[in-house]
Amino acid sequence: MTEPVIEARALTRRFGDLTAVDALDLSVDPRTIYGFLGPNGCGKTTTLRMLTGLLTPSAGTVTVLGHQLPRDAERLKRRIGYMTQKFSLYDDLTVVENLGFVAEIYGLGHRAARRRISALLSTYALEPMCSRRAGRMSGGQRQRLALAAATIHEPALLFLDEPTSAVDPENRRDFWERLFDLVDAGASILVSTHYMDEAERCHRLAIMESGHKRADGSPAELMAGMGARVVEVEAPNLRALKQQLSALPQIISAAQLGSRLRVLVADRIADPVAWLRAQPLQPTPTALEPARPSLEDVFVTSTGTHVGSHQP
Amino acid sequence: MSAVLQSARRILAILSKELTQLRRDRTTLGMVIMIPLIQLMLFGYAINTNVRQIPVALVDQANTGLSRVLAQMVEATQVVRFTERTLDITAAQEAIVAGRVRAAFIIPSDLSQRVARSGSVGAGLATPPSTDEQTSRPVAQWIVDGSDTMIAGAIKGLGAMPLTELLRPPANRTTATFAVALFFNPEQRTAINIVPGLVAVILTMTMVMFTSAAIVRESERGNMEMLINTPVRPLELMLGKIVPYIAIGLVQTAIILLLGHLIFSVPLHGSLLALAGATLAFIGASLALGLVLSTIASNQLQAMQMTVFILLPSILLSGFMFPYEGMPVPAQYIAEVLPATHFMRAIRAVMLRDAGPTQIAGDTLWLLGFMLVGLLIASLRFKKRLD
Ligand SMILES: Nc1ncnc2c1ncn2[C@@H]1O[C@H](COP(=O)(O)OP(=O)(O)OP(=O)(O)O)[C@@H](O)[C@H]1O
Ligand SMILES: [Mg+2]
Repeated sequence: MTEPVIEARALTRRFGDLTAVDALDLSVDPRTIYGFLGPNGCGKTTTLRMLTGLLTPSAGTVTVLGHQLPRDAERLKRRIGYMTQKFSLYDDLTVVENLGFVAEIYGLGHRAARRRISALLSTYALEPMCSRRAGRMSGGQRQRLALAAATIHEPALLFLDEPTSAVDPENRRDFWERLFDLVDAGASILVSTHYMDEAERCHRLAIMESGHKRADGSPAELMAGMGARVVEVEAPNLRALKQQLSALPQIISAAQLGSRLRVLVADRIADPVAWLRAQPLQPTPTALEPARPSLEDVFVTSTGTHVGSHQP
Repeated sequence: MSAVLQSARRILAILSKELTQLRRDRTTLGMVIMIPLIQLMLFGYAINTNVRQIPVALVDQANTGLSRVLAQMVEATQVVRFTERTLDITAAQEAIVAGRVRAAFIIPSDLSQRVARSGSVGAGLATPPSTDEQTSRPVAQWIVDGSDTMIAGAIKGLGAMPLTELLRPPANRTTATFAVALFFNPEQRTAINIVPGLVAVILTMTMVMFTSAAIVRESERGNMEMLINTPVRPLELMLGKIVPYIAIGLVQTAIILLLGHLIFSVPLHGSLLALAGATLAFIGASLALGLVLSTIASNQLQAMQMTVFILLPSILLSGFMFPYEGMPVPAQYIAEVLPATHFMRAIRAVMLRDAGPTQIAGDTLWLLGFMLVGLLIASLRFKKRLD
């Protein structure tokens, strides 16, 4: 079966005057991790809520796992799992009680529930704190618990809204290992994030900005097709250099990275290093080196801003 | 069949989750016990519709043996108590304005002449012509702060006090026009009527309060987004939320009735079955009402405000404080909608008048209907959506 698990056409959601999601087209293939990358307020959560049937779209059509939304939202519920951005299990229940509650709500039998819970406890390293109340766990532990709860009924499709926002880089790697395990077991995952390293792990990625999808593709495709080349520049006075470079129309962006300037040059310039050398820059760069493009660069070229920074 | 079973299991899951949360919430648990306890003590002792010992200023302008006997007679009724004595009427009026006393009792200096005439009347020696200004003059005067109708009424009642004792031994007392036999509460103790009513008031308060917060709290704490993503149905959620509180309502009822019996000697005449039936129906109706409020309120503060909005008419219009029959017809219509009014009628009928199940069936069925309609409205209003 290669039919997409999610198919959205011109999906739009307005809150009064604000259009939080604007004519979004989306197609997610089965057994992939599809990422939503975008800054705060770009409409990630709103999109996920529409795709899970929690919000009614203002316009557009959505089909998830063959169910048309919002009409068939109830039938879809058993087949999807949703990890909300804000922790939504019960703070005053313990880890085991929370998982037990969710298992019962999804109608797992007693024995099946017990087996599933003990498996999840070991998968997500929650055994040592199984009788701790959720409200007294650390942010990262809570997110592991939330993921365990969202997968307890073995959903075919998993929605994760910034699942690792409170997780340190090392544990984030473990967390993603678990996600790949789930995909190996046949699940599809839609995950929102504003971490580049996380976005880079996705099979496919949509870059969102203020309700619009700016780019869509695998990380490699996005980097190859970003329409810019990267040059790293060293110079004595980087701030002055940055100002001069930003004024040039061929320069898409210049951002300081420690003692160097990462410069994106439009790819109509065939040899950007030579072209930069030829510019009358003050101070003269001491070193110019081509660099490999990163997702951050893709983000900058497709949105004109850096993640987390404001619109210029 | 398995769908019903699944549904039952989801209700059970919600129910046991609620119980666990409740068990960990010591403050709420304490309130479950303390609210009925404290309210019962407060109202049982404090609310007294028999007006007694009203502070009054005495202005004795006669200052004779007779006037002192009259003052003693008035005080012996226990309706009033002379807390101030003065000879100056303006000083007495000032005391009324200042709120130190509720009335002034003025004995004029010509008391003995007035008593002599009035006495001839009271003794029935001759029927006085009603135009005879002198003969029909009262013996003394009351100036009353009439703003509180209950106090004014009590003092007005003194106006017809027989004065025969002032003149001759009580053997000659006049016969009353009516014979009054007081059934069910012959000693006229207010607690007899108040304590069963308190069950209605306290249950209204706690039951509506608990459930009006029930749904809102899930939203406020962010649990709702997870909950509405599961297969749980609105009616299952509602049922799972109210069942634990039914037990709490029964515990509170037991506390009030038991203490009412031990402390205030409130009898329990009627059938326990009828009482249990009406109480359960009332608890169900109040919980359903709370759930409806919970689907309207958008935070716990609003839920609390709505609870008060229901509670006040439940105290004032249900017949708890004032007789239902005395209220204007529109107020009676409003009262008729409130579950507390129906339960007030039913529990007083059973506890005080030994009514059986058939005699309170109307009110009980009305409460059951209210509960079902409430649950239906709450379930229909509850949307598994965020918009
Ligand atoms: N219920 C709502 N009512 C009105 N406006 C809303 C509502 N929910 C979201 N918005 C607005 O829609 C826009 C998109 O919000 P959304 O929560 O989808 O962003 P996000 O990408 O998830 O951001 P973040 O990374 O901070 O979680 C924001 O401008 C937000 O203010
Ligand atoms: Mg969000």
